[in-house]
Amino acid sequence: MIEWISEPWHWSVSGVAIAAVMFMLLYAGKEFGVSSNLRTMCTIAGAGRKYEFFRIDWRAQRWNLTFIAGSVLGGFLAFFVFPSSEPVTISAETVNYLQSLGLSAPGEGDFHSSYVPAEIFAVDQLFTLRTLVVVILGGFLVGFGARWAGGCTSGHAISGLSNLQLPSLIAVIGFFIGGLFMSWFLLPFILQL
Amino acid sequence: MRFLTYLLIGTFFGFVMTKSEAISWYRILEMFRFESFHMYGIIGTAVVLGAIGVALAKRFGLTAFDGQALKLNPKQFSVPRYLYGGILFGLGWALTGACPGPMFTLLGQGIWLIGLVILSATAGTFTYGVLRNKLPH
Repeated sequence: MIEWISEPWHWSVSGVAIAAVMFMLLYAGKEFGVSSNLRTMCTIAGAGRKYEFFRIDWRAQRWNLTFIAGSVLGGFLAFFVFPSSEPVTISAETVNYLQSLGLSAPGEGDFHSSYVPAEIFAVDQLFTLRTLVVVILGGFLVGFGARWAGGCTSGHAISGLSNLQLPSLIAVIGFFIGGLFMSWFLLPFILQL
Repeated sequence: MRFLTYLLIGTFFGFVMTKSEAISWYRILEMFRFESFHMYGIIGTAVVLGAIGVALAKRFGLTAFDGQALKLNPKQFSVPRYLYGGILFGLGWALTGACPGPMFTLLGQGIWLIGLVILSATAGTFTYGVLRNKLPH
């Protein structure tokens, strides 16, 4: 059992588990949506004093902040307490592509995680142009775009599509237009910075 | 007690995000390069099951534990905000390899730089709030 939950899960098991998270929150009277927490954090930091968008009752969002605190804990448990014995197994084509850019594939090198490349996410990369672009620009786009679109992957791709909402379908199409453009046209340059 | 429930559901979510490898920058790159079915399988399974479950819940009038209606707030229809916002989000998702849920999960795995991604995403949300009235919705 311990071994079974520690090793990477089949995509179908993971999909069932994510749907289960959504239904548990619905049953609890809440809505699955992670990016709302970023707005709540702005409100807590005092953004509501000047900007109307942040004038919300953050106490009503405490459940969601607790939820993401749990997701930090879940990441810790899954990584340190129940670690998988194998690095992330991505396709051979993707490995070849990474090598052509001079980036390490999952599990190569001595970085403590095989989930993300050391060349971007190791702390000693902080002041490289590549990492700054990924971290600062990438993070900013996620936060700005999610709020403009009214939700992220959890709110639109999972909750919204499950409820057959047309706005969520438009948002998900947008996610893919942006994601494909980044991956195919911009990322090859950014990763070589 | 209620908070323990949300903490536990969140913990389960972080665990699932890790074991599904949806938190992996590599998996997101692979998805957008169409080099594996893995991420499409995860999202597809979740959406199909989610849609069946939501349809059944509506058909049989299921409610939340306290008898309130399920929180399935329909979004107001328009195109610009979802399309433009979605595109910006997608650009960021492919760059950082992390959407908001995985960002928090990665923090629990000692990927400290993801803390800066979260701060930057919060700054992005703040900037949206400032510019909101000037943007098409």
